[in-house]
Amino acid sequence: MAESDRMVQLLSADGVLQTEGPAAEYLPYIERLGDDELRQFHRDMVVVRRFDIEAANLQRQGQLGLWVPSMGQEAAQVGSARAARDHDHIFPAYREHAVALVRGVDLLGIIQLLRGTTHGGWNPAASKNFHLYTLVIASQTLHATGYAMGIALDGLHATGNPDTDEAVMVYFGDGSMSQGDLNEALVFAASYQTPQVFFLQNNHWAISVPVSVQSRIPLYRRAAGFGIPAVQVDGNDVLASFAVTARGLDEARGGEGPRFIEALTYRIGAHTSSDDPTKYRTDAELQSWVARDPITRFETWLRSRGEGDAFFSEVDEEAEDFAADIRARTYELGTPSTDKIFDHVYSEPHPVTAAQKSWLEGYEESMGSDA
Amino acid sequence: MSELITNTDAPHHAGSRDGEAQRRRRESSATELPLARAINAGLQQAMRDNPKVLLMGEDIGPLGGVFRVTEGLQAEFGANRVLDTPLAESGIVGTAIGLAMRGYRPVCEIQFDGFIFPGFDQITSQLAKMTNRHEGQLQMPVVIRVPYGGHIGAVEHHQESPEAYFAHTPGLRLVSPSTPNDAYWMIQEAIASNDPVMFFEPKSRYWHKGPVDLSGSAAPLHASRVVRTGNEVTLVGHGAMVTVLLQAAELAASEGTSVEVIDLRSLSPIDYAPIVGSVQKTGRLVVASEAPGFVGISSEIAATVTEKAFYSLQAPVLRVTGFDTPFPPAKLETIYLPDADRVLEAVDRAMAY
Repeated sequence: MAESDRMVQLLSADGVLQTEGPAAEYLPYIERLGDDELRQFHRDMVVVRRFDIEAANLQRQGQLGLWVPSMGQEAAQVGSARAARDHDHIFPAYREHAVALVRGVDLLGIIQLLRGTTHGGWNPAASKNFHLYTLVIASQTLHATGYAMGIALDGLHATGNPDTDEAVMVYFGDGSMSQGDLNEALVFAASYQTPQVFFLQNNHWAISVPVSVQSRIPLYRRAAGFGIPAVQVDGNDVLASFAVTARGLDEARGGEGPRFIEALTYRIGAHTSSDDPTKYRTDAELQSWVARDPITRFETWLRSRGEGDAFFSEVDEEAEDFAADIRARTYELGTPSTDKIFDHVYSEPHPVTAAQKSWLEGYEESMGSDA
Repeated sequence: MSELITNTDAPHHAGSRDGEAQRRRRESSATELPLARAINAGLQQAMRDNPKVLLMGEDIGPLGGVFRVTEGLQAEFGANRVLDTPLAESGIVGTAIGLAMRGYRPVCEIQFDGFIFPGFDQITSQLAKMTNRHEGQLQMPVVIRVPYGGHIGAVEHHQESPEAYFAHTPGLRLVSPSTPNDAYWMIQEAIASNDPVMFFEPKSRYWHKGPVDLSGSAAPLHASRVVRTGNEVTLVGHGAMVTVLLQAAELAASEGTSVEVIDLRSLSPIDYAPIVGSVQKTGRLVVASEAPGFVGISSEIAATVTEKAFYSLQAPVLRVTGFDTPFPPAKLETIYLPDADRVLEAVDRAMAY
């Protein structure tokens, strides 16, 4: 993956396949995809966007304490996630709803996390190794690197068999680029030549801080200073996001060392439901990115290849059903048992949590609580 | 590495009764080791017992660590099990978490007490909470070794006692051996724990020898222990402070006061049964630590024992601690650190009530 001075784009904003320039070397990754796989890209993006809208509504209706919108970043997430193999390990930040969907996570887990009934939401070991969301910026980058060090120590990469060789992919945002943990992760990854892809979604805003405050140079160029090859990709182009990630993961699992991808995208919504982006960015900027919408662009291209209305209607209907199911199941979420406060603080018996759990039970009984 | 502590690998001399008897005699007898060597031997045994045990830290490979605690281990186990890391404490702890997710049991060395803070976030926000966040579906068998405490005449950041910061964090277990025998066994128990363990090593005791019973068995990791019996005042402390308390007890005895000394061994959780039992007998408690006293381990023990043994107390629980100041320049450390005389002053005050 030679460092490119030009962003890799396979689909222009108006949905036309690019074959020249930086696109050329990535076309083979797209040519291998069958029609069903391409349709799946669209289905993933549409379903997760509908999910995102439903969850935002649920937050406004008081069902969730907070919502973290993913709108606008669907192509970067779906393209990269679809490039990973089932046995790869994925370490997300907290906005990777589309990646979760691709990995088979029941997205009600994300709802539970933001409703306040769990700090987790799913079991990574039962979710195609999609690890839990990490809310402290960039902390997960070190966990991913450590995991990838473990793969290398196990000798389960670079054997030449891509069906068994493993790789790790870690997601983070432009704000993470200023955090020590990401920089330490890049140092460790380079030192131990870990089989991993660092996938940066540069959505241009770390809450209200523009990327220009984080860096004077394009972020992907930082990787060169760590000795890690990097490429910049159009993150609103699902084909380019797929191709660039597939190549990066191939190289990482093949023993060539870590890779860094900067996907240029945009957070169409607020940072969270508590944020008000009208205070810090212009409508003109927002509209310039709406015009580069990842779903519209891909749909245009699919239609140009002959995909008809029936398919798109079917996906829309599926997305509606998905959202209705999430809403129905959200209403059924109760209050967790108070056991959740004490259980699993430690994995082995602990006198303090045991005594306090027992005390609370007695206290609630004495107060006539039905908890 | 002492020949004695590698004797589990000694050839068995098949057919030779003398050889076997000799081997058994050697295994059953205690050997003398400095505390640092005892930890080294414990690490070596744990690594032999379980190939998933890894050591990681700064300068721990060919150098053997700045205190030589890991000396010889990279030579025996290779660079894939004794990892010299880049100089980044958050990186060490954060990647250890990832390795633990992969099924490894990393043992991280923090070079000095005062250097742990770059790793504080990964320890308190990530390592300590991983099992809870995963609702028990993930275990975090990570050990963080921390050489701590004063008495070595070193520069700033090299003599601190930061254990209270971590004792305040649910999800962590904290222990501190005061003797070579405990060091040998407790490091192996810490590594065997499926929860994260902060292993505080009293660095001023590193080169003091004591008996190590290599063929013995481990006391429970979180048990406190009466190390000297007495019936008028109870003294409680951990790590290097235990030696000071024993000196104070000896001096008190020469002045006619009978003092019981308890080695905490575990700082989180604290094993209160022996402490409360002792206070019920003596009626007086003095808790000592090198760390500043404000919101410290000593304060926690004072509050809890007051709750658990109020009617047994004949005097308020007294604390003898470092002052609530930064650790001073080394030439003042003997004034800052509680010594036997300061402990005795508190014993006298307790007796005067």
